[in-house]
Amino acid sequence: MANILVFALHYEGAINKNSLGAVSEGARLAAELGGEAHAILVGENVPDELAGSLGAYGASKALVANGPEGLAQPVVDAMAHAIEQGDYSYALFGGGLLGFEIGAGLAARLTAGVVMEVTGVRVADGKLIAERPILGDSAISEIEYRSDLGIIISRLNAFEAKQTGAGAAAVEHIDVTLSPQATQATMITRGEQRGADVDIEGAQILVAGGRGLGKPEGFELCEELAHAFGDTAAVAATRAVVDAGWYPYAAQIGQTGKTVAPKLYLAAGISGAIQHKVGMQSSENIVAINKDANAPIFEFSDLGIVGDLNKILPKLTEAIKAKRSA
Amino acid sequence: MKICVLVKEVPDAAVEKRIDPSTGRMDRGGEKNLNPYDTHAIEAAMQIREGGTDVEDIVAVTMGPESAVRALHKAVSLGADRSVHLCDASLAGSDVAATGYALAKALEREQPDLVLLGQQSDDGECYTIGAVVAEHLSMPSLTQVIKMDVADGALRCERQAEYGYDTVQVNLPAVISVGDAINEPRYPSLKAIMGAKKKPLETLGAADAQIDASKVGGDNSGAHWTGVKPPPQKPPGEIIEDEDTNETVEKIVTWLAERKLI
Ligand SMILES: Cc1cc2nc3c(=O)[nH]c(=O)nc-3n(C[C@H](O)[C@H](O)[C@H](O)COP(=O)(O)OP(=O)(O)OC[C@H]3O[C@@H](n4cnc5c(N)ncnc54)[C@H](O)[C@@H]3O)c2cc1C
Repeated sequence: MANILVFALHYEGAINKNSLGAVSEGARLAAELGGEAHAILVGENVPDELAGSLGAYGASKALVANGPEGLAQPVVDAMAHAIEQGDYSYALFGGGLLGFEIGAGLAARLTAGVVMEVTGVRVADGKLIAERPILGDSAISEIEYRSDLGIIISRLNAFEAKQTGAGAAAVEHIDVTLSPQATQATMITRGEQRGADVDIEGAQILVAGGRGLGKPEGFELCEELAHAFGDTAAVAATRAVVDAGWYPYAAQIGQTGKTVAPKLYLAAGISGAIQHKVGMQSSENIVAINKDANAPIFEFSDLGIVGDLNKILPKLTEAIKAKRSA
Repeated sequence: MKICVLVKEVPDAAVEKRIDPSTGRMDRGGEKNLNPYDTHAIEAAMQIREGGTDVEDIVAVTMGPESAVRALHKAVSLGADRSVHLCDASLAGSDVAATGYALAKALEREQPDLVLLGQQSDDGECYTIGAVVAEHLSMPSLTQVIKMDVADGALRCERQAEYGYDTVQVNLPAVISVGDAINEPRYPSLKAIMGAKKKPLETLGAADAQIDASKVGGDNSGAHWTGVKPPPQKPPGEIIEDEDTNETVEKIVTWLAERKLI
């Protein structure tokens, strides 16, 4: 039998959206392989109801282990234990950060093949083939597994969460002994929201700024432009500038930030790294201003302007104000 | 304290990257350089030393073909005291799991208190090697760390994860990959560049590091490339080169207005 074990990340009583997508995808693939998809949750007193709710996304069973939250190695211990006891051919992770760490650790522990940044999985001859974009997404490589266990770590938003209408999953508590390494890290604070609590998810127009703004005050150019567009516009940011403290985390788009799909996404001084792209590529119209003609963002923008944002943004703001008041 | 920094040579950013159609692997020919993300890891090691912690040894460690020596020289010019080069034909084609295993074997000989890595490699776009190495060494690990303080045999680390910023206490020995926001790497001095080739460099074969040959190389990797295909085609976007900014802005406004975005 070819069962699939899917990691379900949860925080403050809710399952991560990318994990829901992974459970849905796991259920689809397991059905094709003639097996079942099981979810696994690790945490301090995970409610049965939360674990069971994954049944609606196609998990027939939800394994629950007690352990510290937000760290990878305790989950490696729990998943390795489940895989040794159970009958699993694949382990599947939704996009994010922890899944990458857990999947890689699990590959090392169980000598399993691992593929990351996976955007699609298909079944061929009763086995899974993972598809991974490479070279700045200019090609897609196809990879098969030769190990007993295959590990699939997907890219952010690769899989859609689908409610199949099934009932609750059977919840099973498992006892896991932590490995020495898993006891050597302790979460002090988790999920700190740095900077103001801004809302970018409701906006129809996003003016996004990156390291090319040069300094924290550079964001004023973005704010003025957003203001010129009117009430439906907001300002967003890349991880580079959020980590640097230039703009609030709540405004960050990408792998460890928000996923958005506004009518217009206008990027200023953003290179277009994959980890940023995954959070905004479904935007209806993408406009990019970058002084480097080879910046990856031009590969996926509808309108690209090669030039200095310091020259262009102020004039664009004035022109849009004029147009809107005309 | 002894710190090992894992480094890698990658194709120079200016060189177009391509896949060798016969193997599906990255064509690693052409100009090579030290992975720019690794310079943050070397800088982090230097700052621990300069911050008052007694760091007697900073060792740059790489696995790669003969040409990878240049990446080690660069690492030494940025502050490492010496370097170790794991170089063996049997290692070629190893996937991330096999590479992490081989690096862990090389690290076992060094017995470091701290292993540092960069956040990702500039070529393969993966950021998981640290987790593999840590598992083989049975050490705790954390990736994407942007602030790190050493006190009483432990690290206090900050990083951004799915739900915001986490602060994690990690006991040493540990494996930490650092994000590019952790520091601004220094430029090497001319003297350091000139002196780099004189610093000790140890070359290890797979057997020297007691690497089990059945666990490395392309044929023994659990993930096996079978083919490559083009991505779904999207029509290329329009490009405007900004020469006269007034004209450029006019074109942008027209483009936006046509799509009813203003
Ligand atoms: C595990 C992981 C998770 C990550 N998660 C995220 C995430 O959630 N979100 C995210 O955004 N990133 C994320 N990243 C980081 C990502 O890889 C990039 O480093 C980041 O997106 C780069 O931000 P940037 O475009 O602002 O900066 P840079 O890449 O430095 O780009 C700056 C750009 O500005 C241009 N520029 C400079 N000056 C000017 C000027 N005067 N006029 C016009 N253009 C100019 C430059 O040409 C350059 O292209 C993650 C990385 C990892 C490894």
